[in-house]
Amino acid sequence: MSRAVTLALALVLLALPALAQQRAIPLAELKSGSSFLGADLRSLQNDDFANPGTLWLERGEKLWSSPAGAKNQSCAGCHQDAKTSMLGVAARYPKVDAESGRLLDLEGRINLCRTRRMGAQPFKYESEELLAITAYVARQSRGMPLNVSIDGAARSHFDAGEKSYRLRRGQMNLSCAHCHEANWGKRLLSETISQGHPNGYPVYRMEWQTMGSLERRLRACLSGIRAEMLPYGSPEYLDLELYLAWRAQGLPMETPGVRR
Amino acid sequence: MRRRQFLAGVAALPAAALAQVDPLDPLVWVVTNGAPVKQGKVTLTLPQLADNGNSVPIRIVVDSPMTEADHVKSIHLYSEKNPVRNMANFYLGPRAGKAEINSRVRLAGSQKVTAVAKMSDGSFWQDTAAIVVTLSACLDES
Amino acid sequence: MAARIQISPRPKKGEVVEVRVLIQHPMETGYRRDDVGHLIKRNVITTLSCRYDGVEVFRADLSSGIAANPYVQFYTVAQTSGDLEFYWVDDEGKQGSERTPIQVT
Repeated sequence: MSRAVTLALALVLLALPALAQQRAIPLAELKSGSSFLGADLRSLQNDDFANPGTLWLERGEKLWSSPAGAKNQSCAGCHQDAKTSMLGVAARYPKVDAESGRLLDLEGRINLCRTRRMGAQPFKYESEELLAITAYVARQSRGMPLNVSIDGAARSHFDAGEKSYRLRRGQMNLSCAHCHEANWGKRLLSETISQGHPNGYPVYRMEWQTMGSLERRLRACLSGIRAEMLPYGSPEYLDLELYLAWRAQGLPMETPGVRR
Repeated sequence: MRRRQFLAGVAALPAAALAQVDPLDPLVWVVTNGAPVKQGKVTLTLPQLADNGNSVPIRIVVDSPMTEADHVKSIHLYSEKNPVRNMANFYLGPRAGKAEINSRVRLAGSQKVTAVAKMSDGSFWQDTAAIVVTLSACLDES
Repeated sequence: MAARIQISPRPKKGEVVEVRVLIQHPMETGYRRDDVGHLIKRNVITTLSCRYDGVEVFRADLSSGIAANPYVQFYTVAQTSGDLEFYWVDDEGKQGSERTPIQVT
């Protein structure tokens, strides 16, 4: 074989692992969390007035145009109308920030904009402001399929996320995969186990009686299996969020979601 | 006690197992002043199984023309098991046009909920609905 | 307190109109405990009233039995063009209000 052909063949073989990443749940069988809800909550999510998450959307819309920080700049100052500038943005997160090299979720990206570009204080995790602005930005991608990249700098985070997904933890010694991969669709008490996708976040969760982030939901899962809840902002959450987003690739975003 | 006697005894229990509101219940007395509360006119709708006890959709419809002469003055909602048994009161009148309320309530476990309507002619009507409310499958301390 | 009102935008005179209101409020029951075990004080909206051109057309006594971020839907007869105003007060004495115009054709 000629040298060129050997080289070409080697390159193809090296690229194969990225292409051949196995999906535990095939694309055709992907089901959003909303399909595991009762009829009432599903219709509540689709009710553009009564969906309680819309209260946070309204606040988010106001925050979008509110100047803040040393530069007295608002989101709108650079990004103008969110309906156009933020279209499809949330569907691509988590994502590696080129400048800092860090993996960021949407909350992290918003806070980075606040500190770096606006000279403003970052919003605290799970604060009303952060939930509102994140929900507002994510809402602009409603209906669009999740589409994250696991190439280049994101690859190591993806691998860490997958490892985390399959790691047994806590008193119950369970991994995410035990419920959401091996037993989705089956009953746990009176609830049906979902596939555990992140496409509705931030969500209004009935159990919380308020809006909450994906990180909060991961903490809730950890407490559910009696494992130690990692602090907000832990890199392990971000790696897991990237894995979850990849795993749900193709599912349309539903923010603001309504969940049990 | 012999098995047959026991079963006969059980069958003889009152059929009014759907706990209607007791007219002597002090919470109800405040509204009715001892007047009888009849079954009918009111339709209370709850799901059979709650998705989550923190937020359950409830619908109360009262069959009334809602005219000046004949209308619903108020609707009172009672819970069997909640710590606060008088869940809500809704005050209507002829300007409502239709006696229907929709809201979302909290229910502390499986129970029966009763709606009592006070009419303009001084009569009282009720309906009861039962619902199963379970705890969340996983403990959430987030 | 944030609140949203939804009403048929241009009802005909005499038409029975559906009114929906959603208010942002935790409706804290007073039965929950915080991280160290102390009871979180009860704070719920106790009264919600709706005035149509200044005349009360709907009132509700609410309690901890109403879900957080309360949602109420009722009906009123469209009479004159004007304002539909909502007023509410909670256990802490905080008052909230929201209004929406009603255009009767």
